[in-house]
Order: sequence, then structure tokens, then C-alpha cells
Amino acid sequence: MKRITGLLLVVLAVAGVLRADSALSITGAGATFPYPMYSKWFDEYHKKNANLEINYQSIGSGGGIKQVTEGTVDFGATDGPMNDEQLKAFQDKHGFRILHFPTVLGADVPSYNLPGVSAELNFTQEAISGIFLGKITKWNDPAIAAANKGVSLPANDIVVVHRSEGSGTTYIWTDYLSKVSQEWKTKVGKGASVNWPVGLGAKGNESLAGTIKNTPNSFGYVELIYAIQNSMPYGRVRNSSGAFIKADLVSVTAAAAGAAKDMPDDFRVSITDAPGKTAYPISSFTWLLVPANFSDATKREAIKGFVKWMLAEGQNYTEALSYAKLPKEVVAKELKALNDVQ
Amino acid sequence: MSPRLRWRKFVSGFMLTMTGVCALVAVSVLFLILGYLAVHGGASINWNFFTKLPVPVGETGGGLANAILGSAKMLLLATIFGVPIGFFGAIYLAEFSGGTTAFIVRYAADLLNGVPSIVIGIFAYSLVVHPFKQYSTLAGGFALGLMMIPITLRSTEEFLRAVPNPLREAAMALGASKWKTIATVIVPAAYRGILTAVLLAFARVAGETAPLLFTALGNQFWSPGWTHPSASLPVMIFTYALAPYDDWHRQAWAAGLVLLVLILVINIVARAILSRGIAVPRS
Amino acid sequence: MATTTNTVPSAGPVAGSRSFLSRLRQGDEIARMITFLFAASVVLVTLLLVFELWQGSVLPRHKFGFNFFRTSVWDPIFEQFGALPFIYGTLVTAAVSLLIAVPLGIGAAIFLAELAPARVSDTLEFFIDLLAAVPSVIYGVLGIFIVVPLMRQYVQPALKHSLGFLPLFQGPAYGVGFLTAGIVLAIMVIPYIISVSREVLLSVPRDQREAALSLGATRWESTWKVVVPFARAGIFGSIFLALARALGETMAVTMVIGNTPVISASLFSPGYSIAAVIANEFTEATGDLHTESLIELGLVLFILTFVLNGFARLLIVATSQRGSGRGQA
Repeated sequence: MKRITGLLLVVLAVAGVLRADSALSITGAGATFPYPMYSKWFDEYHKKNANLEINYQSIGSGGGIKQVTEGTVDFGATDGPMNDEQLKAFQDKHGFRILHFPTVLGADVPSYNLPGVSAELNFTQEAISGIFLGKITKWNDPAIAAANKGVSLPANDIVVVHRSEGSGTTYIWTDYLSKVSQEWKTKVGKGASVNWPVGLGAKGNESLAGTIKNTPNSFGYVELIYAIQNSMPYGRVRNSSGAFIKADLVSVTAAAAGAAKDMPDDFRVSITDAPGKTAYPISSFTWLLVPANFSDATKREAIKGFVKWMLAEGQNYTEALSYAKLPKEVVAKELKALNDVQ
Repeated sequence: MSPRLRWRKFVSGFMLTMTGVCALVAVSVLFLILGYLAVHGGASINWNFFTKLPVPVGETGGGLANAILGSAKMLLLATIFGVPIGFFGAIYLAEFSGGTTAFIVRYAADLLNGVPSIVIGIFAYSLVVHPFKQYSTLAGGFALGLMMIPITLRSTEEFLRAVPNPLREAAMALGASKWKTIATVIVPAAYRGILTAVLLAFARVAGETAPLLFTALGNQFWSPGWTHPSASLPVMIFTYALAPYDDWHRQAWAAGLVLLVLILVINIVARAILSRGIAVPRS
Repeated sequence: MATTTNTVPSAGPVAGSRSFLSRLRQGDEIARMITFLFAASVVLVTLLLVFELWQGSVLPRHKFGFNFFRTSVWDPIFEQFGALPFIYGTLVTAAVSLLIAVPLGIGAAIFLAELAPARVSDTLEFFIDLLAAVPSVIYGVLGIFIVVPLMRQYVQPALKHSLGFLPLFQGPAYGVGFLTAGIVLAIMVIPYIISVSREVLLSVPRDQREAALSLGATRWESTWKVVVPFARAGIFGSIFLALARALGETMAVTMVIGNTPVISASLFSPGYSIAAVIANEFTEATGDLHTESLIELGLVLFILTFVLNGFARLLIVATSQRGSGRGQA
């Protein structure tokens, strides 16, 4: 027994030491919404640069902001840009700024389970906010029916489903609701986790999908790629020009077009409820959070190298996973901003 | 036989049968768990599972080799950290201490033993992760080690106390100093019991998930050295089971099976060691 | 681990009458001091833990005071934190689990202690001990993949059908929720109840049983009216131990409770527990107040389990001493 333990000890110690400096290891954490994209990127990038391992843990956007501010990870990732207060907190704590780098574009879609209804439903801003505020409680409510002429909607209660943990998907959804509904803005607000007026919480995409699939008359929101991968039905949403738009690569890219032209220098921009006839209104950039200063030069160069690769070659991987590419103007601007990382 | 007596006999027979049913239900849960894991996990266990790294989200294949090594490293640290404190603390309690100190130490150990594992996680985060600005294997091992201390301490003390007093007296009478008596007579006499205690403590923390969430975090690659975030089997099971991908579910089952078999084997070995050892009086 | 809590009659330090100097020379004092340091570190770590939890929850204590326990809004955006739904969820799931686990566990313990032949009893106890060793994350996996669908498709509709007039069993059947979490917890704590209760029942002296039987009691009557009452305190101890375990349980509950901070009379409703909210939100809470509120929840959990554990230990020790005392007489 002792001998086995001893042997195990030696093997482990050797393994630990041997691996200690064979690779540079960088840790990032945050958003779950772009996780499929990021895990693909970091894997591909590692294949090209065997000496660099970028470990990304999808603990949620809130977690990304918190951990990068605490300094426990090298970079963060978030679906909702940091607010001024959070930026100031970072600056106060570290003495330098934190920078936002948009990586891809994604979208939230309204998904539902309505037995007997096979048509693709249309949702107005009023319908979505009304349902989530708990004011519209029946599927055949005039606010829903008016946009879906010819569809016979049941008189059943709507079962609202939302994410229970802090989530970027939630941030985008509540950011949209805050823009289209004054009442939502003052009563609930936007954030990665909010105090929901109604509904049932589901932890993670999986149980949210499971809940919608197994609960007749349910209504909830999921990230686009997730709805596609799980073949969940999702509806069209009326945009600010009055057109009902289905989320796809084209309509999400269209939502970014406006923002691309006058992108602020810090990249903190919301494109929910974006102008444009073909723009899908519940779209969003998602960001990496990179500190402006690194004491460790190898880490700094490694991260800058990755961002450069991500902005060029990395963008070719996006569409296979249903994320929209960054507009060219944004890429150019980001390359310039990358020089601020020192 | 009067109807009253017959009724009483019937009640007696019925209730006693029910207790048997209760016992059967309780024990069958173990076999249900094993069965489910064997069926669902067994199909997904292959060589890749033990040798490959995880693949990107949504792709199939890959394995959890890094999580297995990560868990092993953390458990090793936990043992190095937790067992000596528990062991020497127990020697103090059983051989040296007076009433009040022993009471305080025992009380603290019981307290620590009862602390929910998630609270241990918070503690390890604020003590190790936050000040050093780094999630790490070390922090995970520390959290698990903390949980091993009280278990090792209390059971080692029991086994030391179970060593018959005449053994102590004989050694002392031969002129051995006290620590020599402890080192050469008492500890060897309780050796099997102590080993069992350590193994059980090890098995107990091997499956702990909650304390690792905020300490070891996770890693999709090998974790280099000891000061970087690391994957571990229990955390992988947790994240994979909740993720929306069928292939991850399969791996979660497989990892669950591996973990459970490991823990059950350690438990069985520990008990086997004990049953062949000194007779410990059952209280 | 329920196996090692009873104290063996003390072997006691064999104090020599040698002088301090000679003890020092022989190394005894050094050994004493070294082992003392290790023992003291256990106390130190425990104190540090309490200190960290206390220190880490200053903000919400000052801001909310006692209202923290009385309000039920948990709103990270407007920084309002009330712990009531989590406390409620923790208590309800623990209560449900005990309702199921206590009869089952005590029944099984009676069988093992009173009826089963020693060989069978020991073998079954061995399996029960193994069951206690199954890690909670595995219960969680089985919970979401097996118990939740079963609940959603069969158990909850059936309950609604037969007992739906009670507010306890109303509302949609989501699968996850208080009831499911309670059932999973029950499965997890049963081994604790069985192990400890069995030990306590075994410690009841033989003559108690024989006396009852010789007075004409049936086997069940002697068990239920004499042996069980004799071991009552110890059995309660095992229940408190199980309760403490149920309150602090994290992973399995997080995976099946539904993670929604609501207070609802219906057991079908999704809920939230203290441990689950810490596991979900601790790494992602951005505001200090949010983080510290979670730490305060940790402190609450610590105090709860501390009190219950202490109570359980007292009861168990009380009975086993009573039992073995009379047995030896």
C-alpha cells in the first residue's frame, strides 16, 4: 500500500513538474452565449500554437466582469458591456483601463411550445414585453393574435420560462425589453440576472430547452445557435421599422450595420432594437474584456496575437456555428485599439 | 386465539414485514444507482475517455484525461495537507491532551466536519484564490484538504484510544519515553484503523464538487504545474450534465461511473483492511 | 460519516511522575508541543472560517440588518437582497426529505437491528455505508436524467389527479421543484438515518426486549413500545444529523430544484435553496453587496448546520451512554 502511494506520488510530482513550463497557460472566463464559438477558437488556436493554451470557462457574463476586475483571470468575456461604474471600479483597483473587443454577433430568439400551432408566430414589441411583465397571460390575447391573423391561438395560459442564473442571453433579452418598454425599464431593468415579474427559472440552456419542450403553452428565449441545434421553434420579431424579421445571419448582420459606421471608441454599443428595415431587433455583439496593461509581456503578446488571429482567420469559423461575422469597419477599428494594450 | 390476539399478531407480522420492505428499498437504491451508471456510463467508456482532452463544445469525441489527472493532483494535495493535521492532532487528543483542550479541539473538528461543502468553497476562495489572484489546483487541494482534516482526526483518535492501555503501560515500564511508545507501539497497533480512516476521508472528498467550483475552476487543457486552474472529474460531471449536448451527457455518465467505482472500491478496501485488523470495540 | 462519532471509553494519557526536564530530554515535551500545534491548527482554521464569513458579510448586515431574513426580493440590479425564498426553499426541501426518509430509514434500521440475522444485518449495513459514500453530484446527475422526467410524466400528474385538491399539489408539473429536490435529498440522507439508528437500537440492552416479550407482547409491540422508545433520543439524533446534511447539500439540489426564488405553497413549484444560490451566483456576482449577501447566506447555513449538528451529537451520545451503561450493569 505504502509503495503504491509512494509510486503514485512520484508519478504525479513528475507529471506536475514536467508540464509546468511546457506551455503558456492563459485563463479567461465569462459569457456563455458565445461559448461554442470561443471553445472552437481556443481549440483551433491551440492547434496552431502548441505552446499556448487559452483556458476559457463559461461562468456567465457577470462572472467574467467580476473575475477580471478581481484579477483572478487574465481576461474576461461578456455579452453586456461593462457599465461606467464597473469601468471606474476596475480603473480604481488597477490603475489602468479595461478594453472591450467585440468578437462575434449573436441573437436571442423567442421560442415556444404550442401544441396544434405549426405556423411561425409573429411577435410585436408589445406582445413580448407584455408577456414578460405578466400583463399578457393568454395565448389568444389580442396583442398576440393581431399579429398572427389566420392562426388559431389557444385560450391557454402562457407559461413564461427564463434563465435562472446570470446569463448574457438574459442581458440581451432584458436590454431589448428595456428599450421597447418604458415600464420594463423602470420596474425591472437590464442585467445578466434580474428580478423577474413572472415565470419559471431554468438553469442553463439545457433545462430551459427541456422545460419549453416539455411544457405545453410555454414561452421563453434562447440563443439562436441553441434553438437551431435543438430544433426548437422560434418566432419572428417586429423591428423598429415595423417589419417582422426572423433571426438569421443576414438579419443579425443587418442589425450591426448601423452600429458599424459610428462605433464608439470603446466599442460599448447596444444593437438591440437597431434601425434598418431588415435588422433583427434582438441582436448583440459579444465582447472580450482585456486589461490595458499586462505586467507579463509574454501573456500580453499571446493575447494580442490571439485577438489578431480571431479578427482575421477566426472570423471564418463563425458562420458554421450561426454567429454573424464582425463588420469590416469594426475589425479595422479593433486592430487599431489593440495597440492600447500594453 | 382471541380475535384481539390474532389482530395483534397480524399487526406484528405486517409491521415487521414493512420494516423489511424499507430495508430492501434502501439497499436497492444502491444497486439502482450502480445499474443506471453502468448502463449509461459503461457504453461511453473507451480508451479515449482516459487519454484524450475534451473537444470544443458541440463536437463529438474526446475524453476527460485532464479532469482525471486534475482530480488526482488535488486529492494528493488534500491528503498531504489534511492527513498530517488530522493524524498528529489525533495523537495529541488521544495521548497528550487534558480535558478542556481536547474538548475544544474536538468541538472545532465536529464543527468543521458539519460545515456545508459550499461554505468551505467560499472560505477557500477568500483565503487562497482571492489574495493570490489565481484559481489553481493548489486552491482546490486546499479546500478538499480542509474537509479531510476533521474526518481523519476524529476517526484516528477513536482508533488510537481503542489501543488497550496495558500495551502503553508495558512499553513505558520498559523505560520507553512517551513519544517512543506512541511511535513504536501505539500507532503501529492502530495502523489498520488509521489507514482505514484516511482512506474513508479520501473517498469522501474525492466526489466533492461544491468546494471546487470557486477554487479549481476548470480547464479544457492539461493544467500545467500546480498554480493554474484545473479540471476535475466532479466539476466536469456537473457542467457536462447540465450542458445541452448529448455527447457531453454521455461523458457525464461515463465520468460518474468512473468516480463512483473509484469511491466504492476505496470504501470496500478500507473496510476490508479494518476487518482483518485489530478488533475495535463497537460502541 | 456516521461511523466514528461515538467515544470509546478513554484510554487516557498515562501521566508519568518524571520531571519536566527528563521528559524534555526524552523528547516527550517536544512531541507534545508538535502534536499540540497540529491540534491547535484545527481550532484555528475553524475560527478563521467563522471570522472570514463574518468579516465577508459586513455590508448586507449593515444595510439590511434583520430585514435580510424577512424580505423576499432578490434583485441584483437594484441591489435589494432578501433571503426569505432561499431559507424557505431550504427548509421545505429538507422537510419533504425527512417526511420520506424518516419512516423509511427507521423502518429499515428496525429491520437491521431487531429482525435480520447478524450476518445479513452486517452485509446490508455495508451496502448502506456504500450508499452514504455516493457523491452528491452523482445523485444530481441521476436526478436530472431520471427523477425529473419521471416526476414530470408520471408522479406529478398522478399526485395532481388524486390529491390535486390540496394546495400542495397544484400548478403545472415541471418536473423540477421542491418535491423533486426533497425526494432526491431523502434518498441521500436515508443511509445516515439507518446507520446511526441501527447503532442506537443495537445498543438497547437485551433484557428490555426479553422483559416485554415475557409479559406477552408480540415481537412488534416489544420493538415499537419498548426498544424504540428506549432509543428515542438517539434516533432523533440521527434525524437531526440527516437534517443538517439535507440543509447543506448543494450539488444535487442545485440540479433539480429549479432555481427560482419563489415562495409557493405548491410542492410542484420550482424553488431555490441557500446552498444552490451560492453555487450559482458566487462567481458571477458583480456588486460587493451581492457577493457579501451570498457570504451572509453562507454564514446562515453554517449556523443552521452548526446548531443541528450539536443537537444531534448530544442526543446520540446521551442514548448510547444510557444504553451501554445499563447493558453493562
